[in-house]
Amino acid sequence: MTNRSLGSQILRRFFKHRLAVVAVVMLVVLVSMALGASFSPYSPTQQDPANPFKAPTAAHWFGTDELGRDIFTRILYGGRVSLIVGLVSTLLTIFLGVAVGAISGYYGGWMDNVLMRITDTFLTFPTIFVLIILSSFLRELPYPWLKNSVLVVIVIIAALSWMWPARLVRSLFITLREREFVTATKALGGGDAGIIIWHILPNCIGPILVSGTLQMAFAIITESGLSYLGFGVQPPTATWGAILSTAQVHVYRAPWMAIYPGVMIFLTVMAINYIGDGLRDAFDPYVVHTDK
Amino acid sequence: MARYALRRVLQAIPILFILSVLLFAMVRSAPGGPLSTAYRNPNVTKEQIDLLKKQLGLDKPLPVQYVKWLGDMMQGNMGDSIKFRRPVSEMIAERIPNTLILVGVSFLVTLIIALPVGILSARKPYSLFDYIATTLTFIGQSVPVYWLGLALILVFYVAISNPSTGKPLFPAGGMRTIGGESSLLDMAWHLVLPVTALSASWAAWYSRFLRSSLMDVLHEDYVRTARAKGASDRLVYYKHALRNAILPLVTLIGLDLPSLFAGALFIETIFAWPGMGRLFWDAARGRDYPVLLAVVMIDAVIIIFCNILADLFYGILDPRVKYD
Repeated sequence: MTNRSLGSQILRRFFKHRLAVVAVVMLVVLVSMALGASFSPYSPTQQDPANPFKAPTAAHWFGTDELGRDIFTRILYGGRVSLIVGLVSTLLTIFLGVAVGAISGYYGGWMDNVLMRITDTFLTFPTIFVLIILSSFLRELPYPWLKNSVLVVIVIIAALSWMWPARLVRSLFITLREREFVTATKALGGGDAGIIIWHILPNCIGPILVSGTLQMAFAIITESGLSYLGFGVQPPTATWGAILSTAQVHVYRAPWMAIYPGVMIFLTVMAINYIGDGLRDAFDPYVVHTDK
Repeated sequence: MARYALRRVLQAIPILFILSVLLFAMVRSAPGGPLSTAYRNPNVTKEQIDLLKKQLGLDKPLPVQYVKWLGDMMQGNMGDSIKFRRPVSEMIAERIPNTLILVGVSFLVTLIIALPVGILSARKPYSLFDYIATTLTFIGQSVPVYWLGLALILVFYVAISNPSTGKPLFPAGGMRTIGGESSLLDMAWHLVLPVTALSASWAAWYSRFLRSSLMDVLHEDYVRTARAKGASDRLVYYKHALRNAILPLVTLIGLDLPSLFAGALFIETIFAWPGMGRLFWDAARGRDYPVLLAVVMIDAVIIIFCNILADLFYGILDPRVKYD
């Protein structure tokens, strides 16, 4: 038995999950492509009326769209938006969910009752319908920050997703708060906030990370879906969903427009799902690794 | 159990109330609101707008409008569509069956695929079949439903055509052939692509869920006991294990309903399927708020109702569950 820290054991288990490692590499590639978007010789919004609907060539790898814009470039810039929306809204979701779940699970009683009723209410919302209403009507309110459709999409996705991590964290806290180390810390005079943040929360990291990956996949698919329907990030900002949305109109003239943005969403979401699978196995010491 | 059901129904009332207040406030607080198109039209005079406001009751304070709207809703009067000048209840009544056909058929197809795949994967974990199934479920979970729909149109409508007639293999939209005779077969033909797109990801989720839930159950003591008593493999799997493994799936399906309706919204939009989702999408683009509010409220009622149903069903499947 070698002496290894818990962290390095988890990391070792994660790297045994070969597909998850492949997924990490793929995600790194996708992120670097989005970050390197500015190296493209084309602009994502500059129109070129002389070159609409060009099939993929050496000059335009993924062809051009109805306004002569380079689709490859637009996909790279669109990746920035999709990944930022995915990451930031996930962080926000997890933050909200952990806060609600921790308070609810740790204190119990009337506080738990009130918070869980609110959570249940949010869970019965028909998510996508409420998202569409929120997104289209918030934009019309007379506040300048609401004109930033990326920000609006991030906030509303988080506002309708925090319930899932909240329920998860609550159930973890309910069992963990009865454990001896919590009693011991209390006996030593530890305050509630300290116990919640420094003693119980670190024990929940695994499940929270896994639910974070699920949330990020959901956020990216939802953002693209909203933009696809015309209620997400607004033009001329390129996003994968928005490119797909124009592609549908021109699906006969320019089928390539519909293929690439979808492939990007698919690859990103699949990479995130596999990473989540790897994390689940890595944090679960009971998983038996057969040849995987 | 009847008391439990009644209590759940009573609990649903405040939830629906909160949802309705939030939605109403949201939809109606936007400047211009339902008349924004009229405001933008230079041919509409100020007097006409005032008249419109009076006709639609928009000149009264918001809380008054809300109470009136709620009272009307309770009596089944959902108001008139601003765009089509027709009763919303009539429009929705036309659309609900179409959505139910689409969602119902997709749900059946999902179960027909997911149950056997999940069971076979769990029976022979890490076999070739399991690897293929697992890979396919990961793909299914990651493909956005709207892109799958578009890709299916691309392949089976644009690219491949029926060699004998030269026409597309499957229609890309609508419920029936326009001008043709409406028959069940014709509708089935129109259902193929939308149902495929809609069921793919659900089948992936459910089969994966069933696999892991079955594998958990197979380690339980009662399964070992059944085996020790000499019960056949089939009996152990289908009578002892499956019955318990299916329980969490019932809850999942109940909780998952919002996403089923979300999928239907995308598919109806892409395939021009005349259902509630398509109606909602058109209404959202035209700011037809009576339609918007009605569709969301009806969907919320359906979701809550199905949640309660799933919980009750759980009790029938698992006699250990006690309602109090």
